Amino acid sequence: MARNFQAVVIGVSTGGVYALQTLLGQLPADFSLPILIVQHIGPEAGSGLAKLLDERCALRVKEADEQDEILPGTVYLAPPNYHLLVERGGFLALSADPHVSFARPSVDVLFESAAAVFGPHLIGVVLTGANFDGSRGLKTIKQKGGVAIVQDPADAAARQMPLAAMAATAVDYVLALDGMAALLQKLAPGRTAMSHKGRGAR
Amino acid sequence: MRLDEVEDVEIRLLLEGVQQIYGYDFRDYAAASIKRRLSHWLAESEFATFSQAQARLLRDRGVFESLLRGITVNVTEMFRDPAFFRAVREQVAPFLKTYPFVKIWHAGCATGEEAYSMAILLNEAGMAGRYRIYATDINETVLQKAGEGVMAIKEMQRFTHNYQKAGGTASFADYYTARYDRAILSAALKKDIVFAPHNLAVDGEFGEMNMVLCRNVMIYFKPALKERCLRLFDSSLLPGGFLCLGLKETLERRKMGERYAELLSPLRIYRKRYG
Repeated sequence: MARNFQAVVIGVSTGGVYALQTLLGQLPADFSLPILIVQHIGPEAGSGLAKLLDERCALRVKEADEQDEILPGTVYLAPPNYHLLVERGGFLALSADPHVSFARPSVDVLFESAAAVFGPHLIGVVLTGANFDGSRGLKTIKQKGGVAIVQDPADAAARQMPLAAMAATAVDYVLALDGMAALLQKLAPGRTAMSHKGRGAR
Repeated sequence: MRLDEVEDVEIRLLLEGVQQIYGYDFRDYAAASIKRRLSHWLAESEFATFSQAQARLLRDRGVFESLLRGITVNVTEMFRDPAFFRAVREQVAPFLKTYPFVKIWHAGCATGEEAYSMAILLNEAGMAGRYRIYATDINETVLQKAGEGVMAIKEMQRFTHNYQKAGGTASFADYYTARYDRAILSAALKKDIVFAPHNLAVDGEFGEMNMVLCRNVMIYFKPALKERCLRLFDSSLLPGGFLCLGLKETLERRKMGERYAELLSPLRIYRKRYG
């Protein structure tokens, strides 16, 4: 699997808190790729989810701040009411532009901007959700040569988002949540030298 | 070369051309967002590619104006981030009230919703007639709309909800007149707001401000332009003045931050120190 992947992007909606806890909870602290996540969330949700996941996962989890440097082995969650985008040069950007696919943050916005920067070196993951956000973005990831992973609709709390993604593009892997961490580790290049957890918050 | 990279080259050339012909410099805007906005504009235009648009764009000011409108539109709402406006009402207004007259610069006001929100808040704080809000934006089309003070009636339910969450206790419906599908804001809110064009990339400061608001505008800028804006705001503000940024914008890790104290931590309300 010498694809030289540089990042993982994940889109998730209904049922996401459990799904993210399960998936991220099974990844080791030395997982070598950065993980960027859009979880649909209300505009005034606060940053409790990032804190919760950070406490329960070996990886460092934080809410994305504008101009955060994208570091390996770190998980970035889109903040409530902002789109999360990837800038060239390995930085994150935020936008308060109108809702896309009825969502802000929108999975499509993250996936499309990440695909433009990482091209074939990107892994896109669509998890449980009761809408169709992410399907267009996953298609873009595939068009640029990246890999598409979708949670098995039968395993998902809400199946619409996985189904929409599978209808939009030829997905590489369809599997239950439980096997996903192992797959990501198989795809990711060697481990990082150190854990990024405990580093000072940027 | 990947198609993406071709498009990146096209965008670079287009922004270069726009700068040379029309003087607007968007090369200092963060690439990911401006690319999204440009692509949106292109999809709505008659052109198939940016290269195709380029020829007309450089010769036809009308085409440029449509591009300008397309890439500089920011969206907002009345009492956006109610917790922020509640904090202004409860923690900032008491300071402002101690001045005989207060000047406020709202940079990047878009269609004016937050400027009108501030006017409501100050009027309710008993400051009617004792303030002026200079609300500026690069986009003259949105400014004109802001000056009219007419909103879509379907938005008012959400705005009313925001207003109440921001600590508003009056009847929000008293601030506008409903006519068909529109809500016309009352003249009392408009009279102390001056809407004016201002380009944060090239224009100068507004002197002796007691408060500067610039929320969710600099997130679209590259670091150098962001830095320019902050310097501009700093030199506009009186000591003891307030700087209000978007909820995901911070003075942390900035040299200028030393001269400011954060009044309320997650809400990005900073106060300039004396001396």
